[in-house]
Amino acid sequence: MAVKVTLPTAFTRHTDGRKQFDSTAQNLPALLSDIDQTFPALSTQIKDEDGKLRRFINIYVNDEDIRFLGGETYAFQDGDEIMLIPSIAGGR
Amino acid sequence: MSYSCKSTAYELKCNECGKSFGNQPLSACPDCLAPLEVAYDLDSARGVFTREAIEKGPANIWRYADLLPLPRGFEPDLPVGFTPLVRAKNLGKRIGANQLYVKNDAVCFPTLSFKDRVVSVALANAQGFGFETVGCSSTGNLANSVSAQAVRLGLKACVLVPADLEPAKILNSQVYGARLIRIDGNYDHVNRLCTLIADEYNWGFVNVNLRPYYAEGSKTVGYEIAEQLGWRLPDNVVVPMAGGSLIRKIRKAFQELIYLGLVEEKHVRFFGAQATGCSPISHAVKQGWDYIEPQRPNTIARSLAIGNPADGPAAAKMIQQTGGWAEDVSDVEIVSGIQELAETEGIFTETAGGVTTAVTARLYAHGRISPDEITVSCITGNGLKTTDALAGHYQQERAVRPRLADFDAYLRELDGIAEHALATAGGN
Repeated sequence: MAVKVTLPTAFTRHTDGRKQFDSTAQNLPALLSDIDQTFPALSTQIKDEDGKLRRFINIYVNDEDIRFLGGETYAFQDGDEIMLIPSIAGGR
Repeated sequence: MSYSCKSTAYELKCNECGKSFGNQPLSACPDCLAPLEVAYDLDSARGVFTREAIEKGPANIWRYADLLPLPRGFEPDLPVGFTPLVRAKNLGKRIGANQLYVKNDAVCFPTLSFKDRVVSVALANAQGFGFETVGCSSTGNLANSVSAQAVRLGLKACVLVPADLEPAKILNSQVYGARLIRIDGNYDHVNRLCTLIADEYNWGFVNVNLRPYYAEGSKTVGYEIAEQLGWRLPDNVVVPMAGGSLIRKIRKAFQELIYLGLVEEKHVRFFGAQATGCSPISHAVKQGWDYIEPQRPNTIARSLAIGNPADGPAAAKMIQQTGGWAEDVSDVEIVSGIQELAETEGIFTETAGGVTTAVTARLYAHGRISPDEITVSCITGNGLKTTDALAGHYQQERAVRPRLADFDAYLRELDGIAEHALATAGGN
């Protein structure tokens, strides 16, 4: 089982320019551990001092905010496309 | 590169980690990813940004140009803003408010919403950065304003909106020749897509990569309220919330005016208004949170339908700090709010204004605002753009023959219907 992870350009300075990579992580905590191992500099950027995901990052699974799917408890499905995006709002 | 607007230097700064980033099309801190804000050398504005200097300026937002992030050489073109601040005695009587004002951006120039303020500042910067194409993710009003102002400046516009947007708001972008793209999803889907597009295309997205500059345009609502109250601050402000930016920028404007001595220091309480069908910020305030749980929007107030507002946590925190509150109202109450403002003050607002009016009424009813406090209710858009919200509420009556006798008979008939309705409702 593998999922495809996509990163914004701003993060690629920590991944040797790679915008996409595959992961066999089963869920979000496992994916973050995976990133810890593979891209330690990226891990530092997306987590705060306490090791928690920064609150200005949104995680999407196939166009849906992971928080609507159960957040950390959501079990990744084979072929899921995971996206990490800084949260920027429009509107008022 | 650091631009200066007349006297006041400014640059992008991260409120979380405190780092500065000069001036560039960038919305999030590259290190901690927090939203960037424009910071000014306020002390250099002392003696320049004065009541007298402002009052000599044009009757539009450019009278406050000294404290807006405008690139060197920018020449203001459109007379945006400086909308009426209306004393709302009739509405006040109905809801128990003695000192209520309505800030009426339903008549903002050129596209009848407060978005004209933010877009004019954003596009000044788009030009300064050399973008040839500008765009936005929008719930309607923003797309209208980007489309209109871009054509005036000779910029290409590509605006993205949720597919279910009100037809009038779609037409009001297309008419200017903008490329309008309907996205099969809600606003949060559109916004996420725009973030990805801005990452790949060299476009100036007013509320993505130009967002820090864009958001500063909202401050002019605050400057105008203070000036129009005779250079004093109100006790309370009621503001609609979607992304959560406007309410914070009004406060920023008040704080700048206090810092520079244009108004006396005063503790102003900020009240946020949302539709219950999309109320992540008001929910956070009611729970005492400084974070947001995203929601899937389901409300007729589409211009406020942002389920995952990035400025939401900061807005929720700020409201609580000022001792304010946030409320949310149902779609039925939104329509009543539109009708109430129209029937009492002659102001026809869109659904977002119905939200603000209904929330204002509730804040008085619940005793959160006292009758004699000076309170400003911010109306941000025009009812002509969301007439579908009133569908079924007004019937087209039959035509009357052009004779006085027919007219008399018709009026008697109408009055009879009205009396009958009163009697059955228990009136006399």
